[in-house]
Amino acid sequence: MTADGPAFRLLPRLEPENEFFWTSGADGRLRFLRCQDCRSFIHPPYPRCPTCLSDDVAVEPVSGRATLVSHTVNVHAWIPGSEPYIIGLVAIDEQENVRLTTNLVGMEPNDVVTGMALEVTFEQCDDIHLPLFRPADGTPS
Amino acid sequence: MSRDEPLERRAAITGIGQSAIGRHLGRSDLDLTIEACLAAVADAGLTRDDIDGLATYPGMGTGTPGFAGPTTPEVQDALRLSLDWHDGGGEGPGQMRALIAACLAVGAGLARHVLVYRTVTESTAQGSGSRQGIGGSGGESGGVPRFSGFLQWTLPFGAVSAVNWIALVAQRRMYEFGLTRDQLAQIALNARRNAGRNPTAIYREPMDLDDYLSARMISTPLCLFDCDAPSDGSTAFVVSHRDYAPDAPRPACHVNAVGTALRGRPSWDQFDDMTTMAARDAAASMWERTELTPADVDVAQLYDGFSILAMVWLEAMGFCGRGESGPFVADGSAIALDGVLPINTAGGQLSGGRLHGFGLIHEACVQLRGDGGDRQVARAGGRAPEVAAVSNGGGPIAGTLLLTRGRD
Repeated sequence: MTADGPAFRLLPRLEPENEFFWTSGADGRLRFLRCQDCRSFIHPPYPRCPTCLSDDVAVEPVSGRATLVSHTVNVHAWIPGSEPYIIGLVAIDEQENVRLTTNLVGMEPNDVVTGMALEVTFEQCDDIHLPLFRPADGTPS
Repeated sequence: MSRDEPLERRAAITGIGQSAIGRHLGRSDLDLTIEACLAAVADAGLTRDDIDGLATYPGMGTGTPGFAGPTTPEVQDALRLSLDWHDGGGEGPGQMRALIAACLAVGAGLARHVLVYRTVTESTAQGSGSRQGIGGSGGESGGVPRFSGFLQWTLPFGAVSAVNWIALVAQRRMYEFGLTRDQLAQIALNARRNAGRNPTAIYREPMDLDDYLSARMISTPLCLFDCDAPSDGSTAFVVSHRDYAPDAPRPACHVNAVGTALRGRPSWDQFDDMTTMAARDAAASMWERTELTPADVDVAQLYDGFSILAMVWLEAMGFCGRGESGPFVADGSAIALDGVLPINTAGGQLSGGRLHGFGLIHEACVQLRGDGGDRQVARAGGRAPEVAAVSNGGGPIAGTLLLTRGRD
């Protein structure tokens, strides 16, 4: 059985720029910063849109659907007590150049196929809601 | 080329030196650095009074234990150098940023003889424990730190080592290009074969494909033998103005061009092409600065902190087409000492030791000088190599160097 992640999760430090992202999962939605002028999603979050340099940026929810770009099964127990877990690199469906490094859950390594459709699920650690991804159920969100 | 001569072409490597290299040497980083630096200065036919520049990567106490090496103020004071130019830091075109900065300083007339060093004591720092991830082992008693910057996007998911980040590149290459583990193995096997001919290499016992395929997995598809190992050692160079080259006791290695570009996003997971990353840009920018072409290169030292990186570099440097490095290395013959493009002739980092880029630059000079002994590359007609290419870095970190041999 493959684990959902390492035995112990190192966590992000909440700061004004990233707090929305790491707490977004409290209501089950994934959110990104989005330019209100050119409509590009911005990740990691920056004070201005890196595409058009507009300062009119706001947090918006996305579908939570993503496509698998690559993955690796981590075997070495960098963090003591860890069982093998799957690290995924996913691109959100709204904008393919917005990617997240994440864990793939609800599947075994043999089930993982590059390009497969995924959907977000959250794991809460203290005040952080980590976005993880599982196979999409096939129904439109 | 229609533009002015690249400034770096005014520089030449006139002296090279290395400390003892090994696992768990138990010596301080400053001790190893002084050994390497004094060797390089003597090799250049100089004394410390001639040295007027000093540079290192990264210094400043950055990174995991044993990674940074001593700072330039420590080395300056330990050797009582009187400097007209000095520089250290970890941001720039790969580990060779220090060497590139030295070339530019010499070209600009800020210094005439720059001592450049890179020192690691990661093996001693690791002690008897196993290799740690970035951010430590977590879960220990006491407060656990939280992470900002790039690390916040990877560490929470257990992507705590560069091997995890680079494994994503390797897997993507399997998907896009049909790369196989048997092909990947050739990088490790070539390194081990060459290390067997290098008395200072760390891992010299023979290894075959079965050994590789039966090694324990670290982060799929990368196994133990796809990863370099923490080592102790220091490498130093003297970068001089080229007008000193005729007076140097050994053949100078002239700097023909450097590659410094980073045109994609500076990120392990947001770079536009996950099969290449910064190697693509650094190599391209080097070829834009020279009339030489990939076909002119006699020997290449390609960064192999992980085996997959050497394959990325083969393509980025133009030694084979995009996605074609797997077939290029498939039977091992093309990259062997007697192949069309010998690579990592001292064993690379995989078997020679993780000297973090500088060991590769050192070996390029050894080959151009014809000092390779049992591992010396001979080109057609038995001539020594005249052009050597070097690459440093992986992921969003990359720098390249093209060296040519001076008079014998």
